Amino acid sequence: MDLNAAFSAVADPTRRAILARLAHGEATVTELAGPFQITQPAISQHLKVLEDAGLISSRVVGTKRPRRLSKSAIDAMDHWLVMLRNALEKNYERLDEVLAAMEQTKKTTKEMK
Amino acid sequence: MSKLSLKTEGEKYVVVTRRFNASPAAVYRAHIDPELIQQWMLGPEGWSMPVCINDARPGGKIRYEWSNGKGAGFHLTGEFVELVPPNKIVHVERMHLPDPTPDNHIETTFEPDGEGTFMTMRMTLPDAQTRAAMLATGMEGGMETSYVRLENMISANAELNKMAS
Repeated sequence: MDLNAAFSAVADPTRRAILARLAHGEATVTELAGPFQITQPAISQHLKVLEDAGLISSRVVGTKRPRRLSKSAIDAMDHWLVMLRNALEKNYERLDEVLAAMEQTKKTTKEMK
Repeated sequence: MSKLSLKTEGEKYVVVTRRFNASPAAVYRAHIDPELIQQWMLGPEGWSMPVCINDARPGGKIRYEWSNGKGAGFHLTGEFVELVPPNKIVHVERMHLPDPTPDNHIETTFEPDGEGTFMTMRMTLPDAQTRAAMLATGMEGGMETSYVRLENMISANAELNKMAS
């Protein structure tokens, strides 16, 4: 995936909205153009930018070419979940230590009484 | 061995579970006492939380500020919805990066599990719009990893050159 192309592709709000729609599943140009106040050729232009950036792919079904999120785009989403997981793992390892220290303090306080 | 489990549930949820070797009361307290939160809720290595406001009552405000000590930082704001000590915390939060992300509704429960506690945290997945924006963030993270890998390769190469000369 060309990262620079991917970054400029997602910098545009319409293209982000298209990606958001495709996160729910495959869609045709007509379906994608529906919610926007822009023409189908303009949507097609946005789709071309997204496709060139490697974020979406298309297939041919009769006269239609439905678009879907590409594997690399889905991988990026998985990557975010992995980052969240790593951050939480670090947090809870520290929490284990905090809880052990709390237990220690409780014991010491009891002994002092 | 990793004790953490993180799963997506349908289109809407991320469910995280983890067991702790302490009572529900202790784990609950570590989630609401600012002095304790500041010791563990820090994310990746190298970050600290200089500001931790946590008014643990329904409607009470949450404000966490993180810093990496090198000028970078971000913060989170939120409100408590429901507190059932020591078993349940329901709150809403949003990140400010600096634009606020949509509200994330989080329900955390602490159940007794033998001598310890079994925690379940159910987070609402961001809406499709945010998920699309996250795709971009994911790419950024991926790029950072690549840079680190590149740096390692360069320094390994320098080592080899040194050995060869």
